[in-house]
Amino acid sequence: MNSGDLIRLEHGSGGALARDLVETVIHPVLKSDAYPELLDASPIEIGSDFLMTTDGYVVDPPFFAGGDIGRLSVFGTCNDLAVSGAKPICVSLALVIEEGFPLADLRRALTSAANAAHEANARIVTGDTKVVPRGKGGGLFVTTAGLGRRVFAPVLAPSRIREGDSVIVSGPIGAHGLTVLAARESLPVADGLRSDMAFLYPPISRLFHLGDSLRFMRDATRGGISSVMNEIAHGASWGIEVEEAELPITEEVRAVAGLLGLSPLEIANEGVFVAVVSGAAEAEALAALRAHPLGRSARCVGHVTTSEPGTVVMITSVGGRRIIDFPRGLLLPRIC
Amino acid sequence: MSDERGLAASLVAQIQSVAGRIGRPVNIMEVCGTHTVELRRQGIHSLLPTDIHLISGPGCPVCVTPSGYVDNAIRLVRDQRVMVATFGDMLKVPGRDGESLSSFVSTGLVKLLYSPHDMISLAEEHDGPVVFLAVGFETTTPTIVASYREARERGLRNFHLYTAFKTVPEVLQFLLADPSNTIDGFLLPGHVSVIIGERAYSFLQRPEGRPGVIAGFDALDMLLGILILLRLIEKKEHRVENGYPRAVRPEGNPRAREVVERALYPRSDAWRGLGAVPGASLGLRPELAENDAEKVFSLPPAVDVEPPGCLCSKVIAGRASPLQCALFAKRCQPDTPVGPCMVSSEGTCAAYYRYGAKR
Repeated sequence: MNSGDLIRLEHGSGGALARDLVETVIHPVLKSDAYPELLDASPIEIGSDFLMTTDGYVVDPPFFAGGDIGRLSVFGTCNDLAVSGAKPICVSLALVIEEGFPLADLRRALTSAANAAHEANARIVTGDTKVVPRGKGGGLFVTTAGLGRRVFAPVLAPSRIREGDSVIVSGPIGAHGLTVLAARESLPVADGLRSDMAFLYPPISRLFHLGDSLRFMRDATRGGISSVMNEIAHGASWGIEVEEAELPITEEVRAVAGLLGLSPLEIANEGVFVAVVSGAAEAEALAALRAHPLGRSARCVGHVTTSEPGTVVMITSVGGRRIIDFPRGLLLPRIC
Repeated sequence: MSDERGLAASLVAQIQSVAGRIGRPVNIMEVCGTHTVELRRQGIHSLLPTDIHLISGPGCPVCVTPSGYVDNAIRLVRDQRVMVATFGDMLKVPGRDGESLSSFVSTGLVKLLYSPHDMISLAEEHDGPVVFLAVGFETTTPTIVASYREARERGLRNFHLYTAFKTVPEVLQFLLADPSNTIDGFLLPGHVSVIIGERAYSFLQRPEGRPGVIAGFDALDMLLGILILLRLIEKKEHRVENGYPRAVRPEGNPRAREVVERALYPRSDAWRGLGAVPGASLGLRPELAENDAEKVFSLPPAVDVEPPGCLCSKVIAGRASPLQCALFAKRCQPDTPVGPCMVSSEGTCAAYYRYGAKR
């Protein structure tokens, strides 16, 4: 590869090459009619109620079956807004690039980010670019911030959850984390796996009509649904009982996770969320989710009970009981 | 009710009725670390009558490796600047002064492998010597030895083994030889038995033996194994039953054993918590000394020193439950393990911590 096709330290210097990088590589991909210039901070329409979020992306490798770091960085941030009851409006995007990173890969990731923003109807309105010396970075890191407009009025928080509520998982779990791991370690066992990466606002917005019956939502990224359930149950006066037999797990994920000694419950997803709804609204919530392609396999996996407060318990497929603990250790580093 | 849950309920009902007829507390030792984990992961312990106690045995390879072995591995990296390769669990086991190999990953001299076969490419790419921490039971040993043989055939002279291979039948005989043991029967390891076969347990049939059942790892396999074992215990029959015939043959896998026997010979190395166990370890044969890390790098014998307060040695021998350890779930947690039983994913303490400590 020609040295002109690689990221150099100077690309991050703020000088001519840096300007060149912005003008010839980044700006052409990310600019839009509404924002012909990429400013340090962009004015946005102001309404009544806005939510802002930010997230960093270090996934390794940056490209994998079903997605890449560009798409991930936009969807991940938009999904954080969506599970909070907000419709994404705009996103900022900051790049930390390692010297030697191929420009072609950068273009590919940026194009993917731009396409993702288009799909989410959210504009990328500002950004930043830094370059770090060879060996001091991890190829490409992306940080995004997102601004969204509140669509669902109540603030979705675990404190709204009550005994008897139902815990819904929106789709099959474990595909993203296993796909990235397989791509990084060149594991031949996972050839058919694809990341589940998706923009979740469309299925999520179908639950907004539930009003007060919609208690809480979170996208099940790092740590999987196990982390989400433990985070919300931790310290609460109630716990969650999960029926193992109800968990949406594909045969492929089950087999690969089994081979690697990983629990699908602890593996990162990028297109799955957990929703807690009132028991009475369970059927309606499932019907609403299943009417959307991303919620086709939605299942009620368990219920909120007071039998073991603060704890997530699994009723296993043979009827035994055991704890589902927080995931421990560095199971899968750099997965998103 | 699903088929699986229905079958499980019927097995549990039969277990309850045999346990009722026995009419006293029964101690079942599950020998294998994978059984320890699966029994708890599937919640089997919660389905058993309270009189049936599952005791974890010495079947977690990382757990039974003495701390001196870890010290020697650290010595190789830190003092001799030798590259060491290992499976993941070994990285976090603290040596005598609390240090573990994980602190040396940044030196580039500690490599994490997923398969012993990766040792071959590692040895090909690296200029200096590479030492593989050869830890495991009869299931793991043949694949490590096969990779080692392939490396030799390719002329890779820098591929060394630091052996801590362990064998199951010998350590069970050692546990039984202690007259104070309280074991009523053994749930025997499915995977190990695929290699060594049913016949390797014939010593259990002697008067000083115990009933034993080879079991698979599905929830129903384990429930069935426990049921068969309880029936043998009820009748006081010192017999070995094969509850996993779809994988285990009476003669095992003689070819795999032959590969092992050509390279390794039985020794009486130290086990953590048990001391020297006669014939229960395997070392490289003297004619292969040029690849024996112990000899090439003049490593001292791997002595076993337990961290203060840690009960791993008793847990490994089935003499204590993790719940009896003052450090359990307090100072000793998966993120900050004190003993190997909390480090290894197959360790008893890790399984109790992860899946619930009740009973």
